Amino acid sequence: MAVSKLFGASIKRREDPRLITGQATYTDDLQLPGMLHAQIVRSPHAHARIVRVDTAAARRHPGVVAVYTGKDLEGKLNPIPTAWLVPNADLKTPPHPALAVDVVRYAGDGVAVVLAETLYAARDAAALVQVQYAQLPAVVDQEQAVRDGAPQVHADVPRNVAFTWRVAGGDADQAFAEAKRDGVVVAQRFVNQRLIPNAMETRGVVARYNSGAGELTVWYTTQNPHIARFLMSVVTGIPEQKIRVIAPEVGGGFGSKIPFYADEAVVVFCARATGHPVKWVEDRRENYVATIHGRDHITDLEIAARKDGTITALRGKTWANLGAYLSTAAPGVPTILHGLILTGCYTIPNLSYEVLGVFTNTSPVDAYRGAGRPEATYLIERMVDLVAGALKMDPVDVRRKNFIKREQFPYTTVEGLTYDSGNYEPALDKALEMVGYQKIRDFQKQGPKDNRYLGVGLSTYVEICGLGPSAVAGAVGFQGGLWESATVRLHPTGKATVFTGASPHGQGEETTFAQIVAEELGLPIDDIDVVHGDTGAIAMGWGTYGSRTTVVGGAAIVVAARRVKEKAGKIAAHMLEASEADITFDQGRFSVRGSPDRSKTIQEVTLAAYLAWSLPAGVEPSLEASAFYDPSNFTFPFGTHVAAVKVNADTGEVELRHYVAVDDCGRVINPLIVDGQVHGGLVQGIAQALWEGAVYSPEGQLLTGSMMDYAVPRAHMFPMFTTARTETPSPHNPLGVKGVGETGTIASTPAVVNAVLDALRPLGVTHLDMPLTPQRIWNAIHAKTRR
Amino acid sequence: MKRTVKITVNGVTHTDEVEPRLLLVHYIREVLGLTGTHIGCDTTNCGTCTVLMNGKAVKSCTLLTVQADGAQFTTVEGLAKDGQLHPIQEGFWEEHGLQCGFCTPGMMLTAVDLLQRIPDPTEEQIRWGIDGNLCRCTGYQHIVNSIQYAAKKLRGETPRKVAR
Repeated sequence: MAVSKLFGASIKRREDPRLITGQATYTDDLQLPGMLHAQIVRSPHAHARIVRVDTAAARRHPGVVAVYTGKDLEGKLNPIPTAWLVPNADLKTPPHPALAVDVVRYAGDGVAVVLAETLYAARDAAALVQVQYAQLPAVVDQEQAVRDGAPQVHADVPRNVAFTWRVAGGDADQAFAEAKRDGVVVAQRFVNQRLIPNAMETRGVVARYNSGAGELTVWYTTQNPHIARFLMSVVTGIPEQKIRVIAPEVGGGFGSKIPFYADEAVVVFCARATGHPVKWVEDRRENYVATIHGRDHITDLEIAARKDGTITALRGKTWANLGAYLSTAAPGVPTILHGLILTGCYTIPNLSYEVLGVFTNTSPVDAYRGAGRPEATYLIERMVDLVAGALKMDPVDVRRKNFIKREQFPYTTVEGLTYDSGNYEPALDKALEMVGYQKIRDFQKQGPKDNRYLGVGLSTYVEICGLGPSAVAGAVGFQGGLWESATVRLHPTGKATVFTGASPHGQGEETTFAQIVAEELGLPIDDIDVVHGDTGAIAMGWGTYGSRTTVVGGAAIVVAARRVKEKAGKIAAHMLEASEADITFDQGRFSVRGSPDRSKTIQEVTLAAYLAWSLPAGVEPSLEASAFYDPSNFTFPFGTHVAAVKVNADTGEVELRHYVAVDDCGRVINPLIVDGQVHGGLVQGIAQALWEGAVYSPEGQLLTGSMMDYAVPRAHMFPMFTTARTETPSPHNPLGVKGVGETGTIASTPAVVNAVLDALRPLGVTHLDMPLTPQRIWNAIHAKTRR
Repeated sequence: MKRTVKITVNGVTHTDEVEPRLLLVHYIREVLGLTGTHIGCDTTNCGTCTVLMNGKAVKSCTLLTVQADGAQFTTVEGLAKDGQLHPIQEGFWEEHGLQCGFCTPGMMLTAVDLLQRIPDPTEEQIRWGIDGNLCRCTGYQHIVNSIQYAAKKLRGETPRKVAR
């Protein structure tokens, strides 16, 4: 491939050939000599005391090598930690044992583990572990959980309140008082339902412990192998330098493979205790209960506005369900990643908002694609529509009126974030034009046809992405840095290997990172390999989540590549007997200014750097450079999404007719990959609006505990999406990129809900909670018409 | 009580003694070592384990190995011939029909079956045709494009990439 203009080109992904030919290696594909299979015995009850665990029959089962219970592990593993200690929130961190010892706190809590020579023997024997439980009252709803007399999930956490977090600015009460006198106040309760991530590959681990060397090797379905190694060391006590974590091919994560789970610590314990390599892979039903869930907020929110649509304040409270234990990032998701972006892309000067984090007898809740930001965007974007409805204004006009204007950037929000750049109007205009907004409004005026109501809904969103500056991470209690590492290493033959501390698992950075390096160094892209996901090969890094891989990891790579170029320039000058200042570089060739025939290719320079027969004074042999890039700010991608729907009032069915996404993620390295990211996010966000939702029985049984019961969306449920972009480069990122991994999920949910409620407006329905299933819509329509 | 089965996969015939309860997907993955066929659920919903049985797409997690006795199978490892990608593989690569790649083998084999039955499918036929296969990454749009690409190629036409 020609070297020119790789940045910005829709080139085919370089990771694909192994994936489309069945030659990729996922965790479950590994077979090690002497490997045992683990099956974890899980509690069927949401809350119970463990009276007795009888493992005798399981031990006797043919092929079984060992059975361990929570008691066997006691004192041998440290509790599973949370890594986000949100400050000023009175955060409670009750201990989370790797296997339950006395009490199980959710249906799915691990109780024992069986190790056998085959998977089938392990599963058979797991069914033979007899656990006697004394059931305790359970609580699944976060609002009920904080009431007097509610069942206590943890004895030492009164009223199940894990934290109380507040964000405020201006004078919200004053603004509301004014709006009540001379304006409009709208109050609404919102339920942002619990979602289940459903990465197509479930979680799994293969652990091998070499007692002679004291070394642990773990192949692990993780989005962040270095964090996993860090926490693995904390929990198991194995020194960090003796642990190698490898993320092989990882089959999707969406946040669910960020946390360090109890199960992984159990598997490591088993590998050490038995002396055998151990494989554990969730089956899907297990994945539904044992892997984290997302969202699950109940919010009471009020918005104040003047009669002309100027929004003056937001005030409210959210009860965030955290499940039974604090998962790795859990406390930060409904607080920092949520409350700090509540006012969205609007100049709202007054805010008062409180979040209660609540323990319940349900599976732990943590980061799911978007993580806190979809919940915030949903609130503000729904609220803006409700203001428009109350004032009988077009939702577009309310948005325009309140947008942060282009000339106001950098803009410091009432939450205290500084949005570095933005230009919201052009994205809105483009989206409206593409969807034919005025035409839809005109159609609407003609009234429904065949009892089918047309609706159009907007979401003009902004996200916090590119996580993030480490100083900020520390200030908000994240127990880690959020910089990223990169090494760009040229080899004597002029080929290159790029090492990144990010850990992509489907996002395509083996391609985009190679595009960056090819562009910087003028190397053919096929001469560049990108290595990720192995703590044994790669310097400390922080992994892939929060739309940070290209933003922070890519920035680290470009900084490293520029260092390589600088060193190569010195060597080239020496080789060409010219002054360094006279050396120019273009498309892989160093030339002497004014004498283009005097030149050396980067490959020639690289070989010279390795041979080191004649290097300039003070220049070391070899040609490679590393960078540890810590961003100076987050990035703030934005855009406008518009959904057009038809609602069948006879059946309550929603037909998504048209969806337009105009996103501004800054400069685009590979448009094809960016489109893919947007599409995938859209489907997850639209599915929350219309179909998905975890349902628990009051006793704490997950009723949507399989793909038969939980609505993972299918291909026929969507139209072709229309995507477009505006381009406002991030001013502080060396690539000008802002991140796009979560955009679709963050923006689409409110756009679709707004569209459906726009359609239902003539029927008197102003709000419905998600998912907007036919049953829910039909009932709402008929409840109104019955009156 | 093990049973003997004779099963042909990607043109190679295997004779093995298997437990009657052994799922075909476990036979393919664990006994034959063909790990390109994946397991994504245990309820026949996700389609990740789809293979071609006597030319038709089946979910190999819902067949016992003993039921497959005498049958011919194609797995993802058997799609490319003589170093040449199958048009469906080419389509998925050209049109970015995959991200994490986990659902991809099953998705491609379902598409092969679909295109045998309907050589010139509409978008709607493609969407319904792959409805038994879940993908959590792509949002399906590029998968639809990939299958359209393969359809053209299989019909002997020159696929034109979707404008972007």
